[in-house]
Amino acid sequence: MSLTQSPLDSWLPRVPLGTWTESAVDWATATLGPVFDAVASVVDALVRPLNDLLTGVPAVAVVLVLAALGWWLRGWKFGLGTAVGLGLVAGMPYWEETMSTLAQVLVASVLALLLAIPLGVFVAENRRASAIARPVLDLMQTMPAFVYLIPAIFFFGIGTVPGVLATLVFSMPPGVRLTELGLRQVDKEIVQAAESFGAPPWMVLLRTKLPLALPTIMTGVNQVIMLALSMVVIAGMVGAGGLGDVIMFALSQVEVGSGFEGGIAVVVLAVVLDRLTDSVGDRFPSARAQRLAREAA
Amino acid sequence: MPALAVKSLYKIFGNRADEAMRRLADGAPRAEALAGLPATAAVIDANFEVRPGEIFVVMGLSGSGKSTLIRMLNGLLRPTKGSVRVDGVELTTLRPAALRRLRREKISMVFQHFALMPHRTVLENAGYALEVAGLPKAERRERALEALRMVGLTEWADKLPHDLSGGMRQRVGLARALAAGTDILLMDEAFSALDPLIRREIQDQLLELQAELGKTIIFITHDLNEAMRLGDRIAVMRDGRIVQIGTAEEILTDPANDYVAQFVADVDRTRILTASSVMEKAQTVLDVTVGPRVAARALRENQTSVVYVTGPRKQFLGTVTEDEVLRAFREGRQSLEGYVSTEQVRTVTADTAVADLFAECAESVHPVAVLDATGRLSGVIPRITLLAALASTAPDSAPADAVEPAVDDPVDSGPAGGTTPAALDPISRKEEPV
Repeated sequence: MSLTQSPLDSWLPRVPLGTWTESAVDWATATLGPVFDAVASVVDALVRPLNDLLTGVPAVAVVLVLAALGWWLRGWKFGLGTAVGLGLVAGMPYWEETMSTLAQVLVASVLALLLAIPLGVFVAENRRASAIARPVLDLMQTMPAFVYLIPAIFFFGIGTVPGVLATLVFSMPPGVRLTELGLRQVDKEIVQAAESFGAPPWMVLLRTKLPLALPTIMTGVNQVIMLALSMVVIAGMVGAGGLGDVIMFALSQVEVGSGFEGGIAVVVLAVVLDRLTDSVGDRFPSARAQRLAREAA
Repeated sequence: MPALAVKSLYKIFGNRADEAMRRLADGAPRAEALAGLPATAAVIDANFEVRPGEIFVVMGLSGSGKSTLIRMLNGLLRPTKGSVRVDGVELTTLRPAALRRLRREKISMVFQHFALMPHRTVLENAGYALEVAGLPKAERRERALEALRMVGLTEWADKLPHDLSGGMRQRVGLARALAAGTDILLMDEAFSALDPLIRREIQDQLLELQAELGKTIIFITHDLNEAMRLGDRIAVMRDGRIVQIGTAEEILTDPANDYVAQFVADVDRTRILTASSVMEKAQTVLDVTVGPRVAARALRENQTSVVYVTGPRKQFLGTVTEDEVLRAFREGRQSLEGYVSTEQVRTVTADTAVADLFAECAESVHPVAVLDATGRLSGVIPRITLLAALASTAPDSAPADAVEPAVDDPVDSGPAGGTTPAALDPISRKEEPV
């Protein structure tokens, strides 16, 4: 490679980014071990019971509960669709894996949102923080998803925990971005009105800005869940279990049948989660009011 | 003490504010003064005081800095320099918590696009200030309902803002500010987003409420007619500076510069100018105890044919014509008592709009008598004077002519231009609804 370099290129400095990253990860593994252990046990304590619950109860019960939820949130058509879709998955041999994927997605998404929404609020209120956060979020989002798995293995070994944490990092950015966007889009005059009557900043945030930003924030929630689902499959590579395992195995054995079954299970989960979270946002009074206002205009 | 006092207030956006203010100090136009500086001057050296209970209108075109100005009056924007005093309290140096308390207790605001919270009912919106102040729910509800009653929206209390029309929404905005119970009301282009008929209606409503409540109102508008209609006093802003402050009449009859003159050139003066600004001195005014001989001499000296007669405490009684004076003389009376007639003269008060004088003038045989609040004769308006005043209000004439005070020399300019069709034309044109 160096033989074909033009002489001009020798002016470019060598940047051993990879070496730096390695030493950083090494340092972190050595010094932050207890922290990682603590994080791992928390994540494990969240995922395992949920996983046990979802795989423990009869499939029919899970199907019925989700179908009922779908009916309540979006109407009977969607409820019926949910029942048929999940029923199909339950009829295939990978129900347990599907449920364990669901558990991982839910835990990773909830943790990602717990970090993303406050962070989004912070960067929306603080221009400098926003300027710093933007490139970091870009990096987090565009870095090939697999790459997250490598340090995750270093820090947490093989299994569900590195899978969930890599998923968390990968799925967080849209939560931050859309929270920030939603807050920034709130009508300035309404915010000024709240301020002009002497409302303190926390009240403006909680009772005016957040309710009005909620539809956008809910889009963020939806995006986080979708990204988490896509990542959880990749996380199968580090032995996270679930549908990722099924698909990885099918890939290595070139088994079209089980690969397709695993894929369909992911699709069904994705559609159900997407539509459910999408309609949760619409049920908030602020979202309804704003939609009505838009329709009236 | 003024309710609100603003002293050498500046707002410069961008960098190098000090340099910008230095360059603006000698009154240079802002475009020239700030050329090449990374700064924009929104408000330049504003000075005014607003009296308690007054409607003070700030009028200017967009970009003149009026919205920036009003936002500095409650601290939504921090001035670059200068002083804002609310009830004697310097607002510019208040800490955030104290500033919020001042807003809760002293100043509320009505916004151009209503700024209602779409997710709250009309009642919850109206009670917002009380919620911020931490009042118990029952009291909040009561006071919010009272405010909604004042603006006539009680039945809509449980609706959401989007159920309401624009005019109704702004009445909610007004109710929200009224419910706060503050003495000072800032209104930022509050009626500009409404269509003309609704605007007129809500202006009337504001004036009615104001007569009842006596708030101190600072009203921002770009609409001169609205300014003239609402304002006790008007500040005209241009390019960040206040170029004139005065009553509607002062601004019409004595504009500070060509800009103001051109601005007011199209105003329907007949609605703004009052009898007192077009009237002239009555030439022959005599006390009722005066004898016919004195009256006859006064008539001869003034070359008129009618005497305006006043009674005790200068109260206006009516007129006595030449013929009647003669009759009194023949009948050997010692005073004009018994000869005074109110048949041949109409009276108006000093604040009657010129627009309302036409009918009176037409029906009055003698020049209309203008009385002050206590019934004393302040002046008279001969028909020719009224027409002359109108002639000088015609928009067709050059601005310099248009701003010539109508009362200066009405008789001379009257016959020349006053009776031509061109001068009468603006009457019919201007009586269309604004």
